[in-house]
Amino acid sequence: MRADPLLSVRDLVQRIGGQEILRGLSLDVFPGETLVLLGKSGGGKSVFLRHLIGLMRPVSGSIIFEGREITSLTERELEPVRRKVGMLFQDGALFDSMNVFDNVAFPLRERGERDRGVVAEKVSRSLAMVNMTGHSHKMPVNLSGGMRKRVALARAIISPPDVILYDEPTAGLDPIVSDSINRLIRHLQSELHVTSIVVTHDMTSCNHIADRVALLNEGRIHFLGSANELRESRDPVVCDFVQGRSGETVY
Amino acid sequence: MQLISIVSGLLSSALASLGELALLAGGTFGSIAKGRIRVGLTIRQIAEIGFGSQLVVVVTGAFTGAVFTAQAYFQFASLNMETAVGPVVTLAMFRELGPALTGLMVAGRVGAAMSAEIGTMKVTQQIDALRALAVNPVDYLVVPRALAMLISMPILVVECVGLGVLASYYVGVEVLNINGAYFLANMQKFTEGSDILMSLTKGFAFGGLIVFISCREGLRAKDGAVGVGRATTATVVASSLAILISNFFLTMALNIFFPAGQ
Repeated sequence: MRADPLLSVRDLVQRIGGQEILRGLSLDVFPGETLVLLGKSGGGKSVFLRHLIGLMRPVSGSIIFEGREITSLTERELEPVRRKVGMLFQDGALFDSMNVFDNVAFPLRERGERDRGVVAEKVSRSLAMVNMTGHSHKMPVNLSGGMRKRVALARAIISPPDVILYDEPTAGLDPIVSDSINRLIRHLQSELHVTSIVVTHDMTSCNHIADRVALLNEGRIHFLGSANELRESRDPVVCDFVQGRSGETVY
Repeated sequence: MQLISIVSGLLSSALASLGELALLAGGTFGSIAKGRIRVGLTIRQIAEIGFGSQLVVVVTGAFTGAVFTAQAYFQFASLNMETAVGPVVTLAMFRELGPALTGLMVAGRVGAAMSAEIGTMKVTQQIDALRALAVNPVDYLVVPRALAMLISMPILVVECVGLGVLASYYVGVEVLNINGAYFLANMQKFTEGSDILMSLTKGFAFGGLIVFISCREGLRAKDGAVGVGRATTATVVASSLAILISNFFLTMALNIFFPAGQ
């Protein structure tokens, strides 16, 4: 029998600029699983992730985290939730006034860690996990897109949260670094029982890390199942996505 | 009808802006009262706002004092009232020019930079990253800047006025040959503690206006680099207008507590 969901989303609706991005999205996420969310570009995957930590408020619908409705919480009331849910932003969102070391150390310092030795040790361990050792004194402006993303990942996992939301963790990375990120996501799940929700277009990454796959289409979850079930699905929308068919005629 | 709708639209947007400013100020003072103060960041902001603005403020004060002295002398000399130049310039510097000019210079130099920095953080998702890391952006970004501004502005006003008065003395006595003893005696006779208090109060109020307008514009920035540019321009325009308009009302209100010429 399956455990109660850690995160339960019901009938989530969001409109941006008059366009309905999410049209009643419902999804459960269970403790310790890695759920991969697939979907077209601009289909609302990142918007959905932002709702899960209260960075956006839905027009209607509910999000229950650990049994508590979070859509009605204030910024201050959301802080305990955000300490349990980390997020890797699509472009990293590193603080450009700080070097790599200070970016990665930021969550520790903000949570009251003052021992310089402990901070240095945790930062170097976290940077080593994303293959960024030796770059700690660089400023974000001097890093490539992939390096920025890895530093942001090091920042997200330095004090491992219960849930990590990954927004395109392997986009723009070479296959070797992508593989190391996939392994890291797996490692966090197996060693620290971290629950992961991964938004991606990368089918290799999806096959490697997913316990379950959800396909977002037209603002709703169109498909939910394992990676194998996704590959074997005869549903035309799923087939088009998996096989990379646009369905458009080129003249 | 169209004019009425334009005017009512402008009024409602002005009221909405004032409401947002009041909410931001309320949140900031609430955080300060609850001790959510980052001392290191505040000291860094004092260095940026206070220390970094000194040159522009003292140069402004000095040359305003100098040119005001020269103009006053040219007018008063025809009436044989040269020795009145000292108190006129000093009172004007303390009660009006010092705080207003310091405010305008700081709005241009610091307000614009503050708005651009916070605006860039907003459009590059750095503020979302702060929120995602359970750090309140008001506590982290606005509180240190507000504290630094409220500490720095009165000091900058004193520097501006001080250099203005010194320049006035130099130009009046050394360049235009006004009798130094009378210049100083009249200056002391007509300048009171209440003038200094008025100056400091205005400096404090203008500091508050600049910091909350700048931070609000930065936090509302959107649409990338263009949005940051818009926020910066809006900050300088809104801060400057707010200083000039509130200066009149502050003068009328503060004159009740610190009456001139009593």
